[in-house]
Order: sequence, then structure tokens, then C-alpha cells
Amino acid sequence: MLARVEAASVPAPAGLQRTRHLGDRVGDGLLYGLTALAAFFGLAIVAAIVWRVVDGAWPAIRTYHAAFLWHNAWNPVTSDFGARDFIIGTIVTSFGAILLSAPLSIAIALFLSELAPQAIRGVIGALIDMLAAVPSVVVGLWGIYVLAPFSANHLAPLIGDVLGWIPIFAHAGDHTESTVFAAILVLAIMTIPITTAICRELFLGVPTELEEGSIGLGATRWEMVRTVIIPSVRGGVVAAVILGLGRALGEAIAVTQVIGNFIPLHTSLFSAGDTTASRIANQYAGASTNIQISALIYLGLILLAITFLTNFTAQRVVKRFEFQRTGGD
Amino acid sequence: MDDPAAAIMLRATGRGRRRLIVNKLFEGGATTAAVFAIVVLGIVVWSVFSRGVHAFSWDFFTKGPAPFGETGGGVAPAIAGSLLLVGVAIFMALPVGILTAIYVSEFAPRRIGEQIRLWLDVLNGFPSIVIGIFVFALMVKTKIPLLGIGHHQSAWAGGFALGVIMLPLVARSTMEVLALVPNHLREASYALGVSKWQTVLRVVLPTSLGGVLTGTTLAVARAAGETAPLLFACSIGSQTVDWDPAHSVQSLPLMIFENSESADPTLHAQAWAGAFLLIAFVLVTSLTARILLDRSRRKLGLQR
Repeated sequence: MLARVEAASVPAPAGLQRTRHLGDRVGDGLLYGLTALAAFFGLAIVAAIVWRVVDGAWPAIRTYHAAFLWHNAWNPVTSDFGARDFIIGTIVTSFGAILLSAPLSIAIALFLSELAPQAIRGVIGALIDMLAAVPSVVVGLWGIYVLAPFSANHLAPLIGDVLGWIPIFAHAGDHTESTVFAAILVLAIMTIPITTAICRELFLGVPTELEEGSIGLGATRWEMVRTVIIPSVRGGVVAAVILGLGRALGEAIAVTQVIGNFIPLHTSLFSAGDTTASRIANQYAGASTNIQISALIYLGLILLAITFLTNFTAQRVVKRFEFQRTGGD
Repeated sequence: MDDPAAAIMLRATGRGRRRLIVNKLFEGGATTAAVFAIVVLGIVVWSVFSRGVHAFSWDFFTKGPAPFGETGGGVAPAIAGSLLLVGVAIFMALPVGILTAIYVSEFAPRRIGEQIRLWLDVLNGFPSIVIGIFVFALMVKTKIPLLGIGHHQSAWAGGFALGVIMLPLVARSTMEVLALVPNHLREASYALGVSKWQTVLRVVLPTSLGGVLTGTTLAVARAAGETAPLLFACSIGSQTVDWDPAHSVQSLPLMIFENSESADPTLHAQAWAGAFLLIAFVLVTSLTARILLDRSRRKLGLQR
């Protein structure tokens, strides 16, 4: 019986097998090759970005050396360039924005994961995600004509009256709508959805048994959040805030629209300023000499280095945290 | 006679009272924060809508900008330019992104897959203006030998910049969907003697098509609103509708950026109307994408 089946069926598959093997080998190899090529194309782009930016900044690096970092000037006529106040502006606006948006985002994420009724969770979550989808140029346009005047006419006098004895909140000498403070507000609005989305996922990932156990022991919701949720996802929350920071550091368009593009910086937040990214965006059309273009690219290189470090740190923290939570699975 | 203990139990005092008040403060604060974010979104959308809707007219969609000193005119070149740029970006980012995702989820050893994922996230975190500088140095300042592109701004350069921004978004979202495809579908296919490449192309990809489309749509929404990468790559716009990717074209985000600080009220109104058009496009596409994503997630979830 067995022998007969073999005798009848062996010749046909032998022929079939050979052609199928050939087709499959070619197909498998082709697909593998194509997909691997695409994957390494992505990596190559990262490398090419770094290379081209360093290459473009090279003339400025050779001319100004590292002193560019702490020299403060931007004079195209005498080709005297330095980045100090742009770097300070970037740090001040980004950290200011994060100081405002981080507590808000964590609170929103807690609301979405712990407090909101099931029926409206999805809707509110989607609305906050939509805030992330608003293009930065639109946020900037809104910033110029709605937020900046409101900030200059209402917020700034109010804060200046109460906290004016602190130099950074002092009334600016001249009344201007384009201020560092307006840029901080715009960046805060832009970073809220990023930090919120990550924090919400983190909070939802905390095992329900832990939360129920805490409530069962008589804890209030706040105590449950403080003693169970926050400690178990602390690293992830830090990473979420850093990712928000990365977005704020690199934002060019919306900032350049509201910040006034002016150096040297004043101590008061209620006066015009500038950041690394906004200076690049603001000068794109005006750069005439090669050394000025190169100096702009040098600014871009500094920006790239800062954001790369922040994002890389955040990714590592998130990854280690995910590993911890899922046990490496 | 009342039991005094019961009366005390009913109303929290001292420490218990403080705990309840703190809890109420937390609940109130978190709710206020969420309401605040939604109010901000509402104010943004409403300001753009109320200021932009007046400028809409037939001319707005069909005509180029009016000559200097005249009123009227439209933003047809910017709309066409945006479509062209996003088209070029999709043409580049979609195949590369999907193939990358297939490599990582179907072929790559785990360590390599993780590295690719990490570097795609790093690419996603690059400031978009730096990507603009990169494309400027690559395709605008110098000439690419074989393709004959370069030495001036072009829609090729602008679209490529947008494509670099879309690539990590498409690849990462496709990876996530491919990871959701149940393994037993792949195993069933192998058990039937189907080879790997046919399994990937005929079983895995069709199953996850919905999710792939969603990721692409979200990436398109993001790319369509990007301004910074176009500043260096494609910012010298023409006054007429131009479909040639070798020329530099006008685009909606750049039009808004350039008109936003102009003193001319017509240009001003056009900036708001353009913002309205852009925001409507972006919000509608991302909302649709999210609904589609939920649906395809549910479909894949049920099959498991």
C-alpha cells in the first residue's frame, strides 16, 4: 500500500519541487534583499543627515571654533557670528514650556486613565491627540494674533504686578507683543499632547490588581495614584516629559512667529528673544554669504546635538522601563 | 439612645477629612487640566475658523496671488504645490517605510530589529528644520550626479524632505500592525507549503492593510502641515499653478508663514483661510485614520 502510493506520487512532486524551490528561493531572496535594503536606507539617512550637517557647518567650525558656543553676536555685515543667546533662548523657552506642560499633561493623563467615565475617555483622548495634529505654522499664526496680544495685554501685566520683583517676570521697558513668554506658552501647548499620550499609555499599563488592591485597603484615589501608579511608572513619566522637551527644543516655525527674533536677550521674559531653531527659520531667505549659511548650519548642528541627546536618553529610559514592565518579552 | 460611634463614622473628621479633601483637590485638578486642554483646542480651531471662513471664494481655490497693489487673488499655486510635495513624499516614504517594517518584523534578528527601531525613533525626534538643512546641503547646494537634480530648490527636494519626516512614522506604525498579525496565520500558511515571501505578500500584508493605510494617513497629515523643512528646500514659489517637480513650488504652510506677518489685509485673510484649509484637512484625515485604526485593531484582535 505504502509502496504503491510512493511509486505513484514521487515523480510528480519531484518536478514540482524543483521549480517551486527555484521560484521560492528567488522570491525569498528578493524580498529579503529589498526589505533589508529599505531598512538600511533608513539608517543611512540618519547617518547622511549627521554627515551633511557637519559638512555644511565645517567652514563655520573652522572659522569660529568652539568659541561660537559662548560668543554672542549675529552680524552678517562683519561676518561676526556666535550662538550663546540662541542656545540660552532655546533652553529657557523649552524648559519654561515643560515646567508648564508637564504637570498639566500628567494630570490630563491621570484624568483619562483613572477618573474619566469610560464613555467619554476615547473622545477626550482623541481630542487631545488632535491638538498634536494641528500644524505648527497654524499654532504660530494663532499665537501671533490671538495668544501674543492676550499675553501682552492681560497675562504679562498681571504676572508683572504680582511677581515683578523677580527679574525674569519684571515689566519689560517697551510694550511688545512678541515675547519669550508667548513662545513658552506656544511650546507648552504643543508639548501637552505628546507627554499626555505617553503618560496615558503608561498609567493604563499599571496592573489593575495593584490599583484595586490599593483601593481595597482603603486608599483614596489620590493615594492610589501617589503610592501605586506614580512609583511604578516613574521612569516612563520622566521619559515622556523628556520627549516633550525634545519637541520643544526643535520647534522652529511657531517660535519664530511669536518670539520677535531679537538678541541680545533681556532678563525679563516679557521682551523679545530668539532661539537656535527660530534663528535658522527666520534667516532662511536672508542668508547671502557662504559663511553666514555655514554659521546657520552650525546652529543646526548644535540643535541636532541637543535634541539627539535628549531623545536618545528618553528612548533608553523608555526601553529599559518597558523591559522592566514586561520582563523582556 | 444613639450610638455615638456610628455618628462619628458617618462624617470624616481630622485626618480622614484631610485625605478626602486632598483627593477631591486631585480629582478637580485633573479634570480641570483636561478641560483646559480641550478649551485650548476649541479656541485654536474657532479662531482659525471664524477668521478664515470669510476669505473662501471661488477665486481662492482657482486663482494665483493678485499682482502687487490689487485686491483679490487666491492660493491655487499653494494648494497644487502642497499636493505635489505630499505626492512626492508618499512616493518615497511609503515603499521604503513598509519594506523596512517587513524586514524588522519578518526577517531581522531581534537585536538588529531593535536597533533599527531605535534609530527610526531617533530620526523621528530630529528637528524638522535640521532635515531641511540636510536636504538643502544634499540637493539644493550641490547637484546629485546621476539624477540631474539639484543646484536649485525644487519640489523633488521639498518632497524628499517631507518623505524623510514621513518615513519613521510609516515604518513604526506598520511595524506595530505587523506585530499584531496573529502568528497562527503565518504558521497555517507555512503548513500549506507556502514560501515565506508569498506568506508575507499574500497573508501578512493583506491582513494588516487597514493599519498600514492608517499609519500612512497620519504621516500624510503630519507632512502636509510641515513648514520648516520646506524653508530651505522649496520656498521660492511661483505665482501660477505648477506641476513640474523640478521647479520650486508654493505650498500652503509656507504661504501661511509668509503671509502671517504681512501688512496687507488680503494676504492676511488668505493666511487664515489657508490655515483653515490645512487644519480641516489635517483634523479630518487624522480622525478618519484613528477610526480606521480602531476598526482594524479590533478585527485583528478578534482573530487572535
